[in-house]
Amino acid sequence: MNLLSDVLDFFLTAQSWTGDDGLLIRTVDHLALSLFATMVAVALALPPAVWLGHRRRGAFLAVALVNVGRAVPSFGIVALALPISLRLGLGLGFWPTFVALVALAMPPVFTNTYSGIREVDPAIVEAAAGMGMTDVQVLRTTELPLATPVIWTAVRVSTVQVIATATLGAVIGWGGLGRYLIDGFAQGNDVWVLAGGIMVAALALLADAAFTVAERWVLPRGLSSRDRSEVETVAV
Amino acid sequence: MNNLPKLSAVPPRSAMPDAMIRLEHVSKTFPGSAAPAVRDLSLEVPEGEIVVLVGPSGCGKTTTLKMINRIIEPTAGDIWVAGVNAIATEPHVLRRQIGYVIQQTGLFPHRTVAQNVATVPRLLGWDRPSIDDRVVELIELVGLEPEMADRYPAELSGGQQQRVGVARALAADPPVLLMDEPFGAVDPIIRARLQVELLGLQAQVRKTIVFVTHDIDEAIQLGDQVAILNVGGVLEQIGTPEDLLREPANEFVAEFLGTDRGLKRLSLIPVHALDLDPGPVVAPGASKQESLVVAERYEVDWVAVESGGELLGWLYLAELENGRVPAADLRPFRTRLAATATLKEALNAIVTSRAKAAAVFDDDRYLGMLTADRISDEITQ
Amino acid sequence: MILAQTEGRPLVRWDWIFDHLDDIWARTLEHVTLTGIALIFGFAISLGLSLLAIRYRRTYSPITWVAGLLYTIPSLALFAFLVPFTGLSLLTAEIGLVSYTLLILIRNIVAGIDGVSPAVLEAAFGMGYTSRRAFWDVQMPLAVPVIVAGLRVASVTTVGLVTVTSLIGQGGYGAFILRGLRRDFPTEILVGTVLSVLLAVVFDLLFLQIERRTAPWAHRRVV
Repeated sequence: MNLLSDVLDFFLTAQSWTGDDGLLIRTVDHLALSLFATMVAVALALPPAVWLGHRRRGAFLAVALVNVGRAVPSFGIVALALPISLRLGLGLGFWPTFVALVALAMPPVFTNTYSGIREVDPAIVEAAAGMGMTDVQVLRTTELPLATPVIWTAVRVSTVQVIATATLGAVIGWGGLGRYLIDGFAQGNDVWVLAGGIMVAALALLADAAFTVAERWVLPRGLSSRDRSEVETVAV
Repeated sequence: MNNLPKLSAVPPRSAMPDAMIRLEHVSKTFPGSAAPAVRDLSLEVPEGEIVVLVGPSGCGKTTTLKMINRIIEPTAGDIWVAGVNAIATEPHVLRRQIGYVIQQTGLFPHRTVAQNVATVPRLLGWDRPSIDDRVVELIELVGLEPEMADRYPAELSGGQQQRVGVARALAADPPVLLMDEPFGAVDPIIRARLQVELLGLQAQVRKTIVFVTHDIDEAIQLGDQVAILNVGGVLEQIGTPEDLLREPANEFVAEFLGTDRGLKRLSLIPVHALDLDPGPVVAPGASKQESLVVAERYEVDWVAVESGGELLGWLYLAELENGRVPAADLRPFRTRLAATATLKEALNAIVTSRAKAAAVFDDDRYLGMLTADRISDEITQ
Repeated sequence: MILAQTEGRPLVRWDWIFDHLDDIWARTLEHVTLTGIALIFGFAISLGLSLLAIRYRRTYSPITWVAGLLYTIPSLALFAFLVPFTGLSLLTAEIGLVSYTLLILIRNIVAGIDGVSPAVLEAAFGMGYTSRRAFWDVQMPLAVPVIVAGLRVASVTTVGLVTVTSLIGQGGYGAFILRGLRRDFPTEILVGTVLSVLLAVVFDLLFLQIERRTAPWAHRRVV
């Protein structure tokens, strides 16, 4: 097919990769912003989730967050970030995209971390406390390691989701791989559309695979990542 | 298998026309397992009787039960249910004629009690009014309140759920009932009550029942016959509880029955089964000399006083002094044992009485005296 | 909050909303239609694939692998793959939306049916149920709460995703969001977002009601 060979040509042409709006820099931008946003979301959501899970409080918050996270359209959040950012004088592009991504990644991280800690077998926690561990020791040596698989799954799914949603950044003036898609749709350039789609999909699938492979080193021996159904998110 | 008593040998088909269920050389080897779960088992269940399969884990008792309704397919052998070759019958057709009760009840959570009970009649295509009548009848039969008909299983207690399970199994009036540890998951008090209820129910419905349990006491209480299985589905002995307890075929059976085998037998034998001795009894006004002779014959230091079939009480010889036996101011017999009581109850009465004897009555009529020695004689004879 | 006035321009202009009620109603119908079609086809396909996976266990892994792959691919990328072939059309949007429902629905249908207690099934067979009858009379009804739970999640997710289809010329409430962005008119963005959330809640409650109706036994317990 003509289109496919055109796309192949696009990927094989050096100019497509170089320059300020080349594939290379857009891919790096896309990945960097996604990872940065995910890390910030984890940094913000993890500590309160761990503590509330340990204290076995705040179940309502966890449930509410997961429902809100599911019901609020990512596109709406990304879109809303723009006028707010403009009015705060932060401009368009990077900041609104970043803020929207952090906001979208936080609920799943919070909820899964919370339930991961909360669902550690109470008998094990009691045994740990019964052997004379302090509160913090129980959390550090027992609850956190046992909850690692669930937390890891949450981080993985959030990362993939953020990579997906970052595509929408192009709609609010950010670069990244979404540019190919949005510009391609607007100008009827199917080569851009397809090439961009391939890049974004590849990035998301690779990130997913990387996390799965890394599990081996991250998770405590004897535990494996639980079924993906632990995490329910909207991939945009 | 060589130490099987005669009872378990399968007679020619014509010799036992009453057998409702017959297993002939049945074996089961599960895929991927070298040793058979059940090996060359032959067994008969006479019509209207309860046969209990009992044994340690891995003895194949549940496998055996489930081969009868072909939840598990036998590897070899023949199974006959109500004169029909079960192996040659479509499983679902066969099963609709066999009531099935399991430990976890298996009640349908999405159907009400009434709908659960109606399951098999519906499968059999009964008309609506017949089903409704039958449901009402059964709910009453198993001792549930009529208003429970519209509840869901989750709204019932464990004991109630198990009653519904029994009602459901009886719904289409099947000649045969298979029960797989039906009372295994309820607490001991409820279990005891359900056991008594089952016997009462059986007296009314007279089904042929195969009952699986790992509890030897339950087996002894419920079984007309008890089959003791060993690991690998080997039938060690089958017989009435009384036979097994009196004469265990081998070490395994004896051990499985427990070291309190003699005591267990006591609970099976009613007092009226013994020839009762009148005991050291004298009439009011008897002389001291007369009383001494009677007491000596029984090697006791007391006599009971009887007048015209009525037991007035008892007294120590030492209390007689030089006079005659009085008709009043006697020590009363605290325990009046009914003739229908078991020897176990009798023994309990004896060891807790000061006279070391229990007086047995049929209503108000005095039948005789029972002592520990007499019970011991009965058990060892 | 941030939604207060900045630079003298209000974020929400109520008069715009009242002037555009017709438009809002039209977009509501569009959003519901897009969601409904996706759910109906998604459920039909998922049911078929689930029955296949239950009948032939070995197909379960590959089926969920493919569904998982579709779920992981960003929706915009998925639309991108389709646009050169099916254009900026309703078909493109629906193929994408349906793809996203599959993983959730298949997983819940299979889990619901697998979750039926073995004792209940054994009792059913013990009473003379055929496998076909046991499947439709016992397994399926008992799986209803789990299946409907899957539909709840799938419907809420789909309602959100529909907004993205505005980028390929469809969109329901997403059209408000996109137009608001292009004109830097926050009221429209907010209207699109809030209505989308409300519609998600409506679907959630709808399926909750359906579950209550179809599985009353799951909601009554010993008092």
